[in-house]
Amino acid sequence: MAHAADAAHADHHDHLPSFWRRWFYSTNHKDIGTLYLIFGFTAGIVGGLLSIGMRLELQEPGLQFFSNPQAFNVFVTGHGLIMVFFMVMPTLIGGFGNWFIPIMIGAPDMAFPRMNNISFWLTVSAFGLMLCSLFVEGAPGSLGFGGGWTVYPPLATVGHPGPALDFGILALHLAGAASILGAINFITTILNMRAPGMTLHKMPLFAWAMLVTAFLLLLSLPVLAGAITMLLTDRNFGTTFFDPAGGGDPVLYQHLFWFFGHPEVYIMILPAFGIVSHIISTFSKKPIFGYLGMAYAMVAIGVVGFVVWAHHMYTVGLSLQTQAYFVFATMVIAVPTGVKIFSWIATMWGGSIRFTAAMQWAVGFVFLFTVGGVTGVVLANAPVDRYLHDTYYVVAHFHYVLSLGAVFVIFAGMYYWFPKITGYVMPEWIGKLHFWVAFIGSNVLFFPMHFLGLSGMPRRYADYPDAFAGWNMVSSIGAYVFFAGLFIFMFGVVYAFIRKERAAANPWGEGATTLEWTLSSPPPYHQFETLPRVVDTGH
Amino acid sequence: MAETSHTQRKMNRTALACVGVVVGMVGLAYASVPLYDLFCKVTGFGGTPVARASNDTQATNRTISVRFDSNVAPGLNWRFAPETPAVTVKLGETTTVLYKVTNRGDKPTTGIATYNVQPDLAGTYFSKLECFCFTEQTLQPGETLESAVVFYVDPRLAEDPDVKDLSSITLSYTYFPSKGGKPVAETTSSTKTIAQ
Repeated sequence: MAHAADAAHADHHDHLPSFWRRWFYSTNHKDIGTLYLIFGFTAGIVGGLLSIGMRLELQEPGLQFFSNPQAFNVFVTGHGLIMVFFMVMPTLIGGFGNWFIPIMIGAPDMAFPRMNNISFWLTVSAFGLMLCSLFVEGAPGSLGFGGGWTVYPPLATVGHPGPALDFGILALHLAGAASILGAINFITTILNMRAPGMTLHKMPLFAWAMLVTAFLLLLSLPVLAGAITMLLTDRNFGTTFFDPAGGGDPVLYQHLFWFFGHPEVYIMILPAFGIVSHIISTFSKKPIFGYLGMAYAMVAIGVVGFVVWAHHMYTVGLSLQTQAYFVFATMVIAVPTGVKIFSWIATMWGGSIRFTAAMQWAVGFVFLFTVGGVTGVVLANAPVDRYLHDTYYVVAHFHYVLSLGAVFVIFAGMYYWFPKITGYVMPEWIGKLHFWVAFIGSNVLFFPMHFLGLSGMPRRYADYPDAFAGWNMVSSIGAYVFFAGLFIFMFGVVYAFIRKERAAANPWGEGATTLEWTLSSPPPYHQFETLPRVVDTGH
Repeated sequence: MAETSHTQRKMNRTALACVGVVVGMVGLAYASVPLYDLFCKVTGFGGTPVARASNDTQATNRTISVRFDSNVAPGLNWRFAPETPAVTVKLGETTTVLYKVTNRGDKPTTGIATYNVQPDLAGTYFSKLECFCFTEQTLQPGETLESAVVFYVDPRLAEDPDVKDLSSITLSYTYFPSKGGKPVAETTSSTKTIAQ
């Protein structure tokens, strides 16, 4: 598609700053990307350990590990918030976005490098506050906030008088501010710093994905910030936004939260869509099928994502017409999503496919995301949701699209870009072994949750009737297998660094057409001193 | 050099526009509070009874039963009850019902009432001419107060396909202890036993 003119030319400029300056005052988009990847992985381990704690408890009926069931709810809440705000978002947006958006569009760095640094350290500070919140009093007599990641009042106001949620709210404020600054940076970079000749319609799909994601962040996060600020003042300063005693309405919080919360799920999955498109195209040795359709499907998902929020609230007493509208609007999203799924399949169709580790993860994603998408269409029906609301069916649904969707793409991206980021080759068998362990583990973990939900097991309880024991045991075993897969990944990273097999500039061959493969592996500290020119329209 | 300063200006403009969007969205989040309130009051959304100045409708022969529900939130030692549990009214007919509230405690206390209509869809048609709500009420120990609710049910209810077969509407009132602008953390400490 393009070639970079004399990228290696920049090499002689590569005198690195000292360790402290390089990693703590960092303004280099690649270094910040690396920091985000390490941070996201660390937070993911913390969030993962919380979920292992939950599965240990749920393995058998009765209370084994949590003598105080409220502590279990704190684990559930912590797991949700950490995975959403400190694992998926920092890794996909902060990590891969920072690393590859400037390179893919032929820019020397992000538009505002200093602001990029602020974003990262705000995210770290937010994570610190989030961890603090686990260790201060929330509900009377127990530590931490246990009201779920949605933080609904009145449980979040009168139910948790202790300071735990105040820490949590401030953590979300900081994480939100970091994401908003990051989004401004991405929008400015993508709109103004593309290499000469790279029009929006020639831009790689990952850049499109990040552009749409950044706009979603910009429009939805301020609403969350507003809602949790109202919660904070309700809790501490005597306002009554959500308190009926003063004329407020707790349902207003749910509207505000889900106006943010629904676009948020697309914020987590759109970057994944972009990455998967590149991996599938690379290893099918074909340009992506229906490039423009793929780009505008993401735009459509982003736009429609803002007008479907109340499908999370079918049980709050919406009128029949309102429910009918939200059912319809929600199902409309299946159309652009279907366009994407079929375009990925059409890209593979007739291609010369190589099942590398990255490709296996990507194809696994397409399959599992479709499963999660189908249960999503089931749940979109208000009458069905009346029955399945807050059961394990919902848990299964959103873990299929996020844990098996977004997380599979995080690993697909890691195995795809590992040689580019580190300059070392990781043996393919490691990624493939990890894939099969994770694929089996995660399905054993989440598929039985459909059965549990259909038979009526509610979410967010530490205990359950004996009738649910069988599938919960199966699910817990799956969780341990899925988690064990992480050790294969960690081993792979360490092994690659010990083995020190140098990676070529483009280890994947002619299918890899985006600009990062025209640079050395790892890329020079400063790339594109002479801007690359996009000479061929390619798509 | 002119080229780079031009790009820099463009970038600053983009960033500034983004900041504008963020500020605007925060503003909208806050504006949604009065807007949501106004929307509920105008449309009767979510069972909000509509306040009207006078009854301009004609009474019809179709009748509907209106039930009265009264609650006192924890932390307020009051007795609160309507004079009658239910009345049957003609659509469009103006009716007055009295609620009686008594302070059973030994301290003067302040409460504040809020109300709602069930089913939610009937809110549009439940029109109030006079009511007691959202004004703080202080009762001395043993003091009893009678408050009137003057209302009519809009005859257009019979034309709405969603609620035309409705046989009863419930008007529910709840008295909350007035927090007097005190934050949740302080007010809940007094009701801690209930929270646990």
